[in-house]
Amino acid sequence: MNWSEFFAMKGYGLYVWGSYGMAMLVFIIEIAMVRHRRTLIVQRLRQMRDAASNV
Amino acid sequence: MNQKSVEGPSLAGGLSLTGLFVLIIRRDLVLAMRRRADVLTTLIFFVIVVTLFPLGVGPELNMLRTMAPGTLWVAALLASMLSLGRLFSADYLDGTLEQMLLVPQSLSALVLGKMIAHWMASGLPLVLMAPVLGLQFDMPAEALWMLILTLLLGTPILSMIGAIGAALTLGLRGGGVLVSLLVLPLCIPVLVFGAGAVEAITSGMSAAAHLSLLGALLLLALVFTPWVTAMALRISME
Amino acid sequence: MIPWFAASSALLFILGLYMGFFVAPTDVQQSEAYRIMFIHVPVSILSMLIYLIMAGYAALGLIFNTRLSAMMANALAPTGALFAFLSLWTGALWGKPMWGAWWVWDARLTSELILLFLYLGFIALHASIDDPRRADRASALLAIIGSVNVPIIYFSVQWWNTLHQGATIKLTGTSMHVAMQQSLLVMFLACWLYVITMALLRVRSIILERERNNQWVMELTETLSPRGMKL
Repeated sequence: MNWSEFFAMKGYGLYVWGSYGMAMLVFIIEIAMVRHRRTLIVQRLRQMRDAASNV
Repeated sequence: MNQKSVEGPSLAGGLSLTGLFVLIIRRDLVLAMRRRADVLTTLIFFVIVVTLFPLGVGPELNMLRTMAPGTLWVAALLASMLSLGRLFSADYLDGTLEQMLLVPQSLSALVLGKMIAHWMASGLPLVLMAPVLGLQFDMPAEALWMLILTLLLGTPILSMIGAIGAALTLGLRGGGVLVSLLVLPLCIPVLVFGAGAVEAITSGMSAAAHLSLLGALLLLALVFTPWVTAMALRISME
Repeated sequence: MIPWFAASSALLFILGLYMGFFVAPTDVQQSEAYRIMFIHVPVSILSMLIYLIMAGYAALGLIFNTRLSAMMANALAPTGALFAFLSLWTGALWGKPMWGAWWVWDARLTSELILLFLYLGFIALHASIDDPRRADRASALLAIIGSVNVPIIYFSVQWWNTLHQGATIKLTGTSMHVAMQQSLLVMFLACWLYVITMALLRVRSIILERERNNQWVMELTETLSPRGMKL
């Protein structure tokens, strides 16, 4: 099955890749969100610790 | 309060369960009647929302007739959401709610009393107004009777489920919208069976099944919502 | 522990996708479009499952007053909401070639939409209460009420829908080719592990947020790298 046929998916390419594309997008966004939340809290903890140490 | 009703196993509070129940309903109704404007606003909102639909959809009668049950029911649903905010907030702000939590009798009975009072103030007017608006949609007579019956069964459920939402969002900013967001998904079965019953009648089928399901939902709500609302109140108040 | 979940989930995804696209044969009725099933079905089942697990954690949190279970419920909610959205998206995309319309008031799709509203209600309620303790308990109660309502909603939508349109096409009725079933299972496991990874990662941040002024968090800060993800 050569690549162009594969992507065509017998005419349903839009639907198949539309759904898988959105799935991948959602996964990536979620991972990014979680990491962002993580870095936020780590920075905040750092600031709190620095504030506590030099008080 | 006549002396006879106090004979029941009155606890330290000197009030039997039914005594408290009646007291709460009377108190809330008196309060509601004092601020008659609130009762009217829900009613006027209901009327306005219902009259908007023909303006939006066009005056063509048999279209309106098919649409009537759904529109009337959705408008009733939205109208009862409107007045939920006031169910607990007045008592919450002036502190009577804390006293209510400390009442020796069961909190659920007290909450049920408040729900019924709220239903009388907001749900009942809707039921009485609905047939008048039904005429706007040229609904046949038996459909109007069915509309009244389904609303009579349905609006208490809306008030009860709404009370849970009101208790959960006590004292929150943006509470009004939040209550609707929480409560509307839970009221969908009521809408489906209520509007379905009226539609079944208009298309000649018997609506017995819808009504029995609606009745079942009502009983379910009667049993569970006071207890759940009491729990929600305890969570919100501590 | 998280890297194990994350790595195995990624591995299973690749395996599942490979099987789904190359091994599974072309379906006789729907030719290629049915391949959407490999993402739609696991995601829909999981969106329902996550809600039940969330309600379970919420109940635990309420009854035993354990803070961690309430945190787990909050960690699961966003993933569940995203899965419900994904299920709707893939359902619509699958519906277009099959039923000819982007949105069909099919009982399953409608109750999935209502499930999404329940998720959003949970997240909105939790977000709008400042005091974390009350927020946990209030949203926990909502999750339990929601989980009791899910079957009622599904039944009433089923009742409502069959009245209008007649029986909808039962997709799962067709006896599936063995390769399809296997890839479906692999995809399901992959999504399942993904959910666990996400939940654990998120709960780690929630715990840090909640316990930020405790002593052990202070000592821990030294060891935390900003990326902090040993993915």
